[in-house]
Amino acid sequence: MAAVETSAPPGPTTPAQPGRRKLTGYWLLLPGALWLGVFFVIPFYSLLATSLYDPKGSVLGGYDVTFHLANFVDAIRDNADVLVRSLWYAGLATLFCLLLGYVLAYAIAFKAGRWRNLLLVLVIAPFFTSFLVRTLSWKLILADDGFVVNTLQTLHLMGDNDRLLATPVAVIAGLTYNFLPFMVLPLYASLEKIDHRLIEAAGDLYASPVRAWFKVTWPLSLPGVVAGTLLTFIPAAGDYINASLLGSPNQRMVGNVIQNLFSATGDYAAAGALSVILLTIIIGLVLIYVRTAGTEDLV
Amino acid sequence: MSQAANGQRADGSRSLRLSKLTKEFAAFTAVKSLDLEVPAGSFFALLGPSGCGKTTTLRMVAGLETPTSGSIHLGDLDVTYEKPYRRPVNTVFQNYALFPHLDIYENVAFGLRRRGGKEVDRQVREMLDLVELTTQARKKPPQLSGGQQQRVALARALINRPDVLLLDEPLGALDLKLRRSMQLEIKRIQTEVGLTFVHVTHDQEEAMTMADTIAVMNAGVIEQMGSPDELYENPRTTFVANFLGQSNLIAGTIVGRDGDVVKVDMEGTVVSIPAERAHADAGKGWVGIRPEKVLIAPAGEPINAPGNHMTGGVVTDVSFVGVSTQYLVRMPWGQELMVFEQNTGHRAMLAPGTHVDVSWRPEFAFLLDASQDVNAGIEEA
Repeated sequence: MAAVETSAPPGPTTPAQPGRRKLTGYWLLLPGALWLGVFFVIPFYSLLATSLYDPKGSVLGGYDVTFHLANFVDAIRDNADVLVRSLWYAGLATLFCLLLGYVLAYAIAFKAGRWRNLLLVLVIAPFFTSFLVRTLSWKLILADDGFVVNTLQTLHLMGDNDRLLATPVAVIAGLTYNFLPFMVLPLYASLEKIDHRLIEAAGDLYASPVRAWFKVTWPLSLPGVVAGTLLTFIPAAGDYINASLLGSPNQRMVGNVIQNLFSATGDYAAAGALSVILLTIIIGLVLIYVRTAGTEDLV
Repeated sequence: MSQAANGQRADGSRSLRLSKLTKEFAAFTAVKSLDLEVPAGSFFALLGPSGCGKTTTLRMVAGLETPTSGSIHLGDLDVTYEKPYRRPVNTVFQNYALFPHLDIYENVAFGLRRRGGKEVDRQVREMLDLVELTTQARKKPPQLSGGQQQRVALARALINRPDVLLLDEPLGALDLKLRRSMQLEIKRIQTEVGLTFVHVTHDQEEAMTMADTIAVMNAGVIEQMGSPDELYENPRTTFVANFLGQSNLIAGTIVGRDGDVVKVDMEGTVVSIPAERAHADAGKGWVGIRPEKVLIAPAGEPINAPGNHMTGGVVTDVSFVGVSTQYLVRMPWGQELMVFEQNTGHRAMLAPGTHVDVSWRPEFAFLLDASQDVNAGIEEA
């Protein structure tokens, strides 16, 4: 705040300005706050309320808000395996995204030269087609008579009756593919900011290229790593498209269960409780993660 | 300070030798067949305007650029194609390039840790002592002032006791006053640690203050090399004469040699120049004289400088700068000469329009080849 005030240009209107500037800030906040109020706070309240409905109610007979906390116990008891699987799949997909994305972002930031902008556009290009269409095409790529399976079978890396579709591999591959751009873009933004002279300085101070990466490039890219992993992990943990299109019931993720409870079974209370549980777990993990990464220390 | 035959001294410092070093980029040649020898333990300055190839030369020594041809030796060791992290050479970068995620202590310890050095803590503390930053050890670089960051950069390089320490415009980002004190500070540290320093700068005053030997570089080649006073008093090219301080360069025709002096007909007046300061033999030449070596007096009054006496000047401009008064004097042939007079107070300032005579002792003049551009080195300075 002090910085904002001292930067005000001196002039005849100076006395009136600090007050007006503060108000301007609030006016600018207003549209966003209204939007969040209508489309986030109210639905979130409604979700919380739903999670506490009496499960004996129905869409036809109506629900009672009974602060029925047993909903949470039931949701965890019934879906512990699905929750664990979801976090596990999302975690693996995030890890693969990080490995693939870091190499890609590094190459774009440091090695691409004049191709840099074109490559960035290519990273974003998949967004021009629908998420569903892209996931459906993965179904074709991994199909039992598709060339990937055929090739792997010819090379005897897969048995004749083995499949890719309807396996964890397919679901994790789909998640990795779909969320890769969310990893690449923050990583690129972070890497691109690194002063190349710092890496030269590390080399000058006896660090081999590998050690220079560990001691300088990696720590300075951590803000991008944290942002990228969060942007990948959070939506991946709640995703249901990949599991429903590329997996079988054995690869169900928590998103599939919630979707099923809401739209097929009509068990709003259980669905609401499971949603709140997922939300809580993710917030908890994110807090622990950000603390551990210690990115607030980074410039 | 005796130097062994292999160019390595007892304290580990080595000489630096560049032979026919050349660096070509796609469109131009940055460094042209450079030959240079920097004795172990000396403070050497590469001085030149921006784009003259001095930084490229430094980067080749550091291993950050690969030479197109030629070789780089440290003592007996050929390091021409050695990887930067395997060279016993460290650099103080122009923008310092301190690691922003590490504190001052870890920045200074970086090189030692990479080499698995022993007694890291003791050495880091000693080094922080030397640059007077002990109390700042746990701060991050952005929390320090420019001068402090500069000292961290110096400490981070020095702690490795490199055979050669390279300084790339190390004081460029500091304000004038801080720059002056850092110049003396770096000179003090160099004397204290006795390592070979190679300093790249475009600031001639900085080079003269700090270096034992200066190489003046222009367009990829070394114009002249020598001690600061040698370069200043006896420049060999118009570029050096203009880039290092200021010079009056007056066109003349060489009459011939007379014993120890060369006679030059300068716009009707024959002046003499000591033979060892004459860098042209026959034909036309530039007679050079530094402005502070020219004495000035109202027309007809005696001047205490027996030698090259010139009459018919008119003062056209006077600027008073405190320690001296700087005159521009239009000579009968139309050229304006710069004359700097010490403010000893023996006479009042001369007003513009005053008719004056000027004179200088022959031993202060120098003679340069007339084929050179008389304005070389002026713009860039």
